[in-house]
Amino acid sequence: MLSNIGNILLLSNVLIGALIIYYSFNCLKTSNNLVFKNIYQLSLIQSTLILSCFFTLVAAFLVSDFSLINVYQNSHSLKPVFYKISGTWGNHEGSLLLWVIILTVFSFLFLVLNKNHPKNYRLHTLIIQNLLILGFLFFILFNSNPFSIINPVPKEGLGLNPILQDPALAIHPPLLYVGFVGSSIYFSAAMASMVSNYNDRSFAKSIKGWVLISWVFQTLGIMVGSIWAYYELGWGGFWFWDPVENASLLPWFAMTALLHSLLVLEKRNALYFWTIILCLLTFTLSVTGTFLVRSGILNSVHTFANDPSRGIYILVFLSIMIITSVYFLFTRYKPETNHISGNSKETFVLINNWFMMFYLITVLLGTLYPIFTDVLFKSKISVGPPFYNSVIAPVVVFFLVFMAIGPQTKWIKNKFTNLKQLSIILGGALLTNFTIIFLFKSYSVISNLIIISSLFLIFSSFMDLFKKTKLNFARIISHLSFGFLIFFIGLNHNFTIEKDFNLKLGEEKVIDNYKFVLNDLELINQINYKAIIGKLRVKNMNTNEERTLKPEIRIYDNPQTLTYEASIKTNFFKDHYLTMSNIDRSEYYNVKFQEKPLMIWIWISVVMLSLGGFVSLFKNAKNN
Amino acid sequence: MLPKKVKKRASLLSIFFIVSVLSIFLILNSLNKNILYFNSPSDIRLNKNINFDKKIRIGGMVKKDSLKINDQEIKFVITDFKNEIIVSFTGTVPNLFAEGKGVVAEGKLLDKKFFVANRILAKHDENYMPPEIKNIMKENAK
Repeated sequence: MLSNIGNILLLSNVLIGALIIYYSFNCLKTSNNLVFKNIYQLSLIQSTLILSCFFTLVAAFLVSDFSLINVYQNSHSLKPVFYKISGTWGNHEGSLLLWVIILTVFSFLFLVLNKNHPKNYRLHTLIIQNLLILGFLFFILFNSNPFSIINPVPKEGLGLNPILQDPALAIHPPLLYVGFVGSSIYFSAAMASMVSNYNDRSFAKSIKGWVLISWVFQTLGIMVGSIWAYYELGWGGFWFWDPVENASLLPWFAMTALLHSLLVLEKRNALYFWTIILCLLTFTLSVTGTFLVRSGILNSVHTFANDPSRGIYILVFLSIMIITSVYFLFTRYKPETNHISGNSKETFVLINNWFMMFYLITVLLGTLYPIFTDVLFKSKISVGPPFYNSVIAPVVVFFLVFMAIGPQTKWIKNKFTNLKQLSIILGGALLTNFTIIFLFKSYSVISNLIIISSLFLIFSSFMDLFKKTKLNFARIISHLSFGFLIFFIGLNHNFTIEKDFNLKLGEEKVIDNYKFVLNDLELINQINYKAIIGKLRVKNMNTNEERTLKPEIRIYDNPQTLTYEASIKTNFFKDHYLTMSNIDRSEYYNVKFQEKPLMIWIWISVVMLSLGGFVSLFKNAKNN
Repeated sequence: MLPKKVKKRASLLSIFFIVSVLSIFLILNSLNKNILYFNSPSDIRLNKNINFDKKIRIGGMVKKDSLKINDQEIKFVITDFKNEIIVSFTGTVPNLFAEGKGVVAEGKLLDKKFFVANRILAKHDENYMPPEIKNIMKENAK
């Protein structure tokens, strides 16, 4: 039953998408600047239908309708209601439906909210966006239909992988999708802008809000995924340069570059084609990321079941997107007449863009390199964190310095008059850095440079707060929190303490200045799992600080899975992180203990960073 | 003499060019230094010039009844059913680590028969076998 409803809704969406394209072309032929009323209506119906389609799937998960393969494979009647709902988008098919929802809703909102822009531009955007929608609808219908049925109907589902039964992972996909699927709307708008010759600062105004929204959500989405990896995967890190993480970071770099070059287009009417390239690049990278993750071409911690046929479909779709974008870029390209002075805010924005491109190329190369060597030389390699750290860390030092100076410069032509102020800030940064070394212990040259440059950015952003000119709060908040983010990551990276050892029940172990005792093991029964909870007493003998950590070994019923739950004790200064594993019921428990300073501040910095985006979004909405 | 404007543009372009060449060199150089090669125990045995200071990954199956745990370390044997290598590791193992299952260990070789791992990898999927191992198994089956 639900399968039929779902399929009918999907098919009617295809029909409506086609109708919108048809009417849009008709409307383009008319000479007045009005968009047909029925296009608005169709667009609204389209959004309503795709949402109902999604709720049909949610309903199927809620009532555990195992006649749908998708529900059978990813749910279980005894699963908590919350995870029944989040299970809807926790799998490949359901997540694609979410993907199409965002494409559709953004398409509708863009049409409604941009009424003061020319008809041609709006309609072309709508047409291109609907082509994207159709592309993904066909993908769902022919390859990954969440409403496919199974016969005979199974009595019970297979259950959702326990490591996915987690609040952070329930909200992670929607956040991330608003980010990188949201970038589709400015992909369409950029194409439309080239087709309809709408290429001045008003184009920048029409997409600014959308770039901000997607950037804010992408940032938050990456953070939530990172938090999940931190407490669930049990390695104690928050960033592993795993291909999946890289896939989410690539569009983020392009978006951040776009956010800055848009400023130049908006204020100075320059860098138009560069901005267009970034718009196209962002969504292209989003689809590339999806391709890499879903096709199984790369190894990662992600759990999407892989299927080569999916990869081929996305690859074909991606190629069409890239070829059309490149074709339009070449045919429409005109050299810019606006000359940019070497010492001006425009140049500093461009410098930001170069840095972003550098990070992007680094991460892209590192992610794709194993595929190349496999195909070309048949050698199996992997590119680990040392590569990214050694390439990116030294460059970040310069990046932070430019990030501090850039906002102080003036548009068109700049003169450095505040060298004195800058040197005071630099002095303060150096002093703070050496105080940290003095109070704690020394660290490497590159860490020193990173700490100094991040402090330089933090101090100069603070100084901006006390300026007499009109304040740009959004920029100050974002730059300040980015400075803090790098600062905390630097300290966290340098002062993390890690101890690995094996321990029997009741045994006591002393490593350096830490004393560990495994006091007790407790067995508990929960609704969908059994758990062994260890009680480990950790004592720092220098500070006499004592803590009991309770890591768990869980055995889930449906599907039967063993997981290790880290025990994390957080305060404002540090996290204590402990995981415990056991092999084949051996009497020894394998323990990993970490003391990670300032962990919580890393998350807070990222939240603040995206808050800057929100402030800018709010200001942007008020101005228009 | 070239006009001033052309000169300025040429110098800007050359700066841009030098910076890009430098950064690409930096990336590729670091890539070469930091890649981890994946080996099977047979690869190690056949390889004549092993760099013992370089981190590598070794993959295969955890040999049945080879697992030993004491208060210092976890010791086990990785096999590709032709050759074997002893692995020593301290730390927590992934939840799917077990005898007779696929495993990837990351670390350094002490000699051709002994490997000190600092990370054990496994994927969060019960049917998972690293593709590298799948290939080895396929080749060995021939």
